[in-house]
Amino acid sequence: MTYQLEVILVLASVGAACAVPGVFLVLRRVALVADAISHVLLFGIVLAYFVTRDLGSPWLFFGATASGVLTVALVELLRRSDRVAEDAAIGLVFPALFAIGTLLASLFLRSTHLDVDSVLLGFAEFSPTDRLEWFDYLPRAVVVLLALFVVEVGLVVLFFKELKLATFDAALASTFGFAPMLLHYGLMTMTSLTAVAAFDAVGPVVVVALLVVPAATAYLLTDRLSTMIALSVGFGVLGGVLGTLLALALNTNIAGTVASVVGVQFGVVFLIAPRQGLIAQAFRSWRHRREFPERMLAIHLHQHEGTPAEAEESRLAGLHRHLHWLPAEVLRVVRRAARHGLVEQRGECVVVTAAGRDLARESLGV
Amino acid sequence: MFILDNPTLRPVALGLTAIGALAGLVGTFAVVRRQSLQGDAISHAALPGVALAFMLGGRSPLMIVLGAACTGWLAMTAVKGITGRSRIPFDTALAGALAVFFGFGLVLMTYLRKLNEILSTRPPDGFLEEWLQPHARDATRHGLEKYLFGQAAFLEDADVTTIVGLGSAILILVTLFWKQLKLASFDRDFAASLGFPMRALELLMTSLIVCTVVLGLQFVGVVLMSALLVAPVVTARQWVDRLGPLCLLAGVFGGAAGFAGAVLGHQRSGLPAGPVVVLSVTALVILSILFAPRLGLVWGLFRKRVSA
Repeated sequence: MTYQLEVILVLASVGAACAVPGVFLVLRRVALVADAISHVLLFGIVLAYFVTRDLGSPWLFFGATASGVLTVALVELLRRSDRVAEDAAIGLVFPALFAIGTLLASLFLRSTHLDVDSVLLGFAEFSPTDRLEWFDYLPRAVVVLLALFVVEVGLVVLFFKELKLATFDAALASTFGFAPMLLHYGLMTMTSLTAVAAFDAVGPVVVVALLVVPAATAYLLTDRLSTMIALSVGFGVLGGVLGTLLALALNTNIAGTVASVVGVQFGVVFLIAPRQGLIAQAFRSWRHRREFPERMLAIHLHQHEGTPAEAEESRLAGLHRHLHWLPAEVLRVVRRAARHGLVEQRGECVVVTAAGRDLARESLGV
Repeated sequence: MFILDNPTLRPVALGLTAIGALAGLVGTFAVVRRQSLQGDAISHAALPGVALAFMLGGRSPLMIVLGAACTGWLAMTAVKGITGRSRIPFDTALAGALAVFFGFGLVLMTYLRKLNEILSTRPPDGFLEEWLQPHARDATRHGLEKYLFGQAAFLEDADVTTIVGLGSAILILVTLFWKQLKLASFDRDFAASLGFPMRALELLMTSLIVCTVVLGLQFVGVVLMSALLVAPVVTARQWVDRLGPLCLLAGVFGGAAGFAGAVLGHQRSGLPAGPVVVLSVTALVILSILFAPRLGLVWGLFRKRVSA
């Protein structure tokens, strides 16, 4: 396989593996906890390195994951003390752990090659050179991330009902006896694992983009959990592939480009999403603005239909006084309503049609 | 006083104290509105602004601060637009904007570095190098690190003047709009019903935070800036209930942590000031949560035992 295809595969699998937990992070409103976790991974790596003294050790992987879970536990502890709101608790915990990590690294690891730049940027460029000993057909990152993706999908399929209930109605879920905290920690452990696995390829900050943004994009397009997960994975993979292609073409930082592409994807969908997009919103409000006067006209004519005052109330030349509109506006609305079959002009008067009558009744709720 | 006599320590101590005090004061408005991590998002989103300032030829620190402020502010506007016009929750919008802006910043930074390599035939421009690679002695350290961890040790008297000057401007704004800011922080709808221009007020609040963040960013770094906006406020909140005292006390705690970080960092060489500041302020938080006069958790345990 060529180098470029392999890099694309790495980023596509990062996108896929991040997209699944991302959906639950967005829906359960804990996206910022993911941000905190990703910052604290460095602390975990440094601590694990102190114990093992080996930068290639798998314990670094577990140390980093454990530090992510520790962050969640500390945030939860602070929140439970009732002295700190959750957002502030996040803002307290991760800088503190990050500071300890930095301090330890700068005090004791000066001579070690723990390159801050590569830790922070991620080096997707070099990921194809990193292979597993017993399976060297694909880069290690692809194998690890795809395995993680399979586990994630398996867990979601297995616990779909529970996840759905706990996500949308936590109170009901806990009365049914599901432990909400168990689910919370399960999700956070998964997030932590994914972040650690993606860490080498994209670095801690871009992981957050891939966790949160594809899921948010999917959230604009659907109301169903299963569809949202599928769309989120789709956007994650698409973002990874497009971003890598663009970065390889422009010869720039891959992780950053992927984050930018995912952002652009969100922007485009935010603009054109069929129901929730900005254009759809603008169109809806434009249509409301146009329909409202026609509706008012139909109601006015319907109210006076068959009353002695009907002739006076429905005279075209006098309508502006009754409706308190400008005469020119009256003419425009009457013409539009006639075109839509709501009213008819008979001589000097405007008469409501059967369709107009229905609209008026519906609007008045009778 | 010995600290003010020491010419290397003085600007660091004064600068960090001023940044800490300012961050505590301004951070209060973010924390009481449950948007504590605004500062985190702004400081990440400042990266593309810093890079853009260089690309557009800005060589002065002021240009860089302006660039950082522009993208930081743009990110917050995007967050506001997204949460206002869709069902995306605030935390998702904030985390997403933070990561996407930062990613874009990485792209620009790489581009700049490449540009520099290409241009390396001519003698290095100096300022870009200085800003991106301040630890020239330490070859493994790169520019991003400065942005992420800050470099308080390089604070100079001129910087302190800038911080104090801009800080006073922020202080004056907060005092002038005190009533409005207070109302907007606690009861947005009521304030809107009274006819206060909410958009303008929220813009003001965001801008105050943006200004503080970009001012402190180059000295204390991204992560530590986030901490300075939150921790002093949480500390102060354990001691007082009212917004006025909260602001002042948060300023005092922030300043104290900045000062402590500077002095401790100075006493043991090699101890970076930024993390020390964060750890001092974290220690303050923990002590306050445990031992604050009325809310302290320890008293709660004690009371329980007495009543049992």
